[in-house]
Amino acid sequence: DVVGLCDDGCRKVEGSRATAGLTAELLRSVISQSKVPATNQPAALIDAVRDVGEKLIAANPIELAAGNIVRRVLHIIREEDHSNARDAVEGFRLYVGGDNDYIVEQDHLNRSVAAQSSLCRPSLHALLERSPNSATTYFTATSEDDSEEKSKSLDPIARSLEFRRKVISAVNDLIEDINTCHLVIAELAVEHIHHNEVILTFGRSRTVKEFLCAAKEKNRSFGLFVAEGAPKYQGHLLAKELAARGLQTTVITDSAVFAMISRVNMVIVGVHAVMANGGVIGPVGLNMVALAARKHAVPFVVVTGTHKLCPLYPNNPEVSLNEMRSPSEVLLFEEFSDCMDYRIGTGAPQLHVVNPAFDYVPPELVSLFITDIGGYYPSYMYRLIADYYSSDDVVIQQKPAS
Amino acid sequence: MDPRRASRTVSDPKIRQVGFFAPSPDRSFSGPPDPISTSTSTPNPAAANTSSPPPISDLSPSGNSLSPVMIPPPRHSSDTTYRPVPFPPASPLRRDTLSLTVGSYNNNNIIISSSPTASFYDESKGITVKASSVPASGLTTVSVVKTLPPGFTETIVEKVGGSVEMQNDLPANSKPLKERTSKAERRALQEAQRAAKAAAKAEGSKLPATTSGAVASANAKPSKATKPPSQKNDSATVASSEKKGSDRPPEKDRKKDAPHPRMQYDDKSRVEKAKRRAVVKQTEARNRVELFRHLPQYEHGTQLPDLESKFFQLDPVHPVVYKVGLQYISGDIAGGNARCIAMLQAFQEAIKDYSTPDEKTLTRDLTAKINSYVSFLNECRPLSISMGNAIRFLKNRIAKLPLTLSESEAKAFLQSDIEQFINEKIILADKVIVKHAVTKIRDGDVLLTFGSSSAVEMILLHAHELGKQFRVVIVDSRPKLEGQLLLRRLVGKGLSCTYANINAVSYIMHEVTRVFLGASSVLSNGTVYSRVGTACVAMVAHEFRVPVLVCCEAYKFHERVQLDSICSNELGDPDAISKVPGREDINYLDGCTNSENLQLLNLIYDATPSDYVSMIVTDYGMVPPTSVPVIVREYCRDQVWI
Repeated sequence: DVVGLCDDGCRKVEGSRATAGLTAELLRSVISQSKVPATNQPAALIDAVRDVGEKLIAANPIELAAGNIVRRVLHIIREEDHSNARDAVEGFRLYVGGDNDYIVEQDHLNRSVAAQSSLCRPSLHALLERSPNSATTYFTATSEDDSEEKSKSLDPIARSLEFRRKVISAVNDLIEDINTCHLVIAELAVEHIHHNEVILTFGRSRTVKEFLCAAKEKNRSFGLFVAEGAPKYQGHLLAKELAARGLQTTVITDSAVFAMISRVNMVIVGVHAVMANGGVIGPVGLNMVALAARKHAVPFVVVTGTHKLCPLYPNNPEVSLNEMRSPSEVLLFEEFSDCMDYRIGTGAPQLHVVNPAFDYVPPELVSLFITDIGGYYPSYMYRLIADYYSSDDVVIQQKPAS
Repeated sequence: MDPRRASRTVSDPKIRQVGFFAPSPDRSFSGPPDPISTSTSTPNPAAANTSSPPPISDLSPSGNSLSPVMIPPPRHSSDTTYRPVPFPPASPLRRDTLSLTVGSYNNNNIIISSSPTASFYDESKGITVKASSVPASGLTTVSVVKTLPPGFTETIVEKVGGSVEMQNDLPANSKPLKERTSKAERRALQEAQRAAKAAAKAEGSKLPATTSGAVASANAKPSKATKPPSQKNDSATVASSEKKGSDRPPEKDRKKDAPHPRMQYDDKSRVEKAKRRAVVKQTEARNRVELFRHLPQYEHGTQLPDLESKFFQLDPVHPVVYKVGLQYISGDIAGGNARCIAMLQAFQEAIKDYSTPDEKTLTRDLTAKINSYVSFLNECRPLSISMGNAIRFLKNRIAKLPLTLSESEAKAFLQSDIEQFINEKIILADKVIVKHAVTKIRDGDVLLTFGSSSAVEMILLHAHELGKQFRVVIVDSRPKLEGQLLLRRLVGKGLSCTYANINAVSYIMHEVTRVFLGASSVLSNGTVYSRVGTACVAMVAHEFRVPVLVCCEAYKFHERVQLDSICSNELGDPDAISKVPGREDINYLDGCTNSENLQLLNLIYDATPSDYVSMIVTDYGMVPPTSVPVIVREYCRDQVWI
């Protein structure tokens, strides 16, 4: 049933936020329903989530958000496991009695400690958390003794339930984050949009819409150009929604972007995914907009939730992270059916239609990322990724052959 | 012969260094005179020379050996067709003088020897000018041919690292002449020549204007002009060298040269005035973009029925002009060349039917008439820059009509002039462009083009006819989707095509090896003013290091400069934006067009900065965008309207 859900979901759901939300919910149910042995529970959970995630990613490799959420959930599990283990280790240390050359019998703990060191290496949060924590535990050893002893004394089943509960609540937080990130981002709008500015956007993104509306609600008046974003023409929809909200909106064709950009103060776009190098996968045509913005030294700002942050580095993204859509969106079949015949002999079609769905914008064309955790420069993206993902999970599909 | 022309070419060594020189092995004619030059001794040299219609066969594959060289057009082309002919005995000096005086040029290198037997040794100056006469040929635009007199007046200012034969003939001449005449000199020369020409015309006007179309006008002048003999020119040269620098043109003239500021439609009083005069009743669009208030924008579709109902009342507008106007409005005629040709042909008809009213002079009255036609057409659809150039040419022709001509003669004169303009500046120019650009297509190329440009289409088809193996990528953009028409035509001709939306240009550019773009106009700062989206395509190509070739006839060049696409542009029908043909699911904007906050902007043109353009292919050769002002100054300004 899970597999079917994956396949269905990933193909039908469009938009990275919807995908991210659904993926997180699916994984939550996987976590809560999976029957894992009480011992060594985190590893089993990780395996279960990874299995599902593999299928999700295989179902639609282009929708990077699904993979991102799988990695986020894996990371959550690891973190929980790690903090459990740390607690246990610390408890154990105390139990042994301040002696430094303790021996760890428990197999699980042993692995956790190993994992801890590998886990903590890239994570800034963990680094910051850890040292004071351990220091305080050492100093306040006596006061915490009771609680440690209590948790230690819990039987394994209760402890695994407790662990699962913690993981699920963390995943719930994640879902909450995904659903509200645009509001958090929108709060930053006043800091970036000034009076009488002219802003250009491309295609449609809910984050951008909220961002602009938030600025409007703060009584900033600004002009807005919306490039329609062929062949989906989502720009029309965005323009309609924004005009309904009282923004002064002008719809232009995609080809007029270069002509208009000389009068634009800022380009604000939403994207499909943010790669680890700070590059961006966006709706097709975005690269053109970014190039035009650079030519006229107009800031190219990407608003994005952290769920779009992908720990992969793009390799030939125009091909590998792209999707070819139906030619009928570009060329009417009825009108050109007579041209589609094959050349006699060679068999090569004379008429090709290219209709890619995505475009890759290299990091040097992006001026700023505005995320729900603040504004960042593209070169900082790798650091955020280290915070959100465990380095073990970057490659989910370990054995593509199987 | 037209001495003024001659001197102009002569005094302009610079222009020859403009383009990309690729010596072609067969450009060997320059030394020995060829049939045409000898024919100058015949009474009517011009017939051989200036009769414009180009042998189209020249465009055949064999002619493809043409070197992509920017040389004054007369040169390339003819080379293959004319065999060297023994030099006429009249100038025995030539060979020796050549070898003797090579390198002895000074700034008086201009010698206009217009008498057929003029020796190459000019006593008055003591310098030798090698005459390499320039034959007419199918490839050259006739306008240029005209500039070169049938006689020997020629300089060797050839800067060619060129062919061996060439160097045999002029060993040291291959260096460009350093000392070209100064501007002042040239101007003085022109003044003198203008006087001479006027005299000549007065004489020549006795000749009946021949009736044979384009040939007539072309013929008439040279044969007349041959009469003012060389001393006139010589004296002019002398005078100029004496007066050197003293006769700068008065400031006033210069000011007059500057292009008129365009009508700004946010200037209320002027708009009101214009409205009162207007023939076409236009409703202004309601929901206009603030940034473009200075451009006219009207409710689409309101003009046509109104105009149609007025058909029988429109006194001042000739029916043919009227028809063209309607076709502009309805969009039946689109594309720079098509519009320009339609307009000129309409004017031709109108002139044919024109008769001067009593107590009026033809020159004045006809100009007024043309002006009213032009403003009518402008109301139908804003004129393109190329049309502006053509109109300027025509008005100049009218203004320069000799007063002695009878009305019918004058009309015939003008008609043939228009005919000639169409043939030379548009049709022939396209052929030359094709000839040049085809040399840039190699087997295995992937050529990208944007929208639908007639010149580019001809280039692609010609390259296909030559059997070159290449693929075409057609990039298209809304709302006009002109690329689909081009796609259909090319596929019909058997070319292998790929079609993509402009948004996919970054995707498709990886495989492209050349970008060919058309242009509505090329401005003198190198900016290419063209269909909206061209700039995007050129920019992406530049980013991917793909050469961008802009194909544009020289009559579309304009001395105006422009930095962005906003100050001057044309607005299309905004409703075209909201409708996506064939995509019924895209109807988000239905019913929103009256919303106060929502505006639709349909730009027609944009300006491509010259940095993105690798090369401009024009009828004067292939030049970098920085050389556009040279062409504008040296060719367009004068030739278009003389």
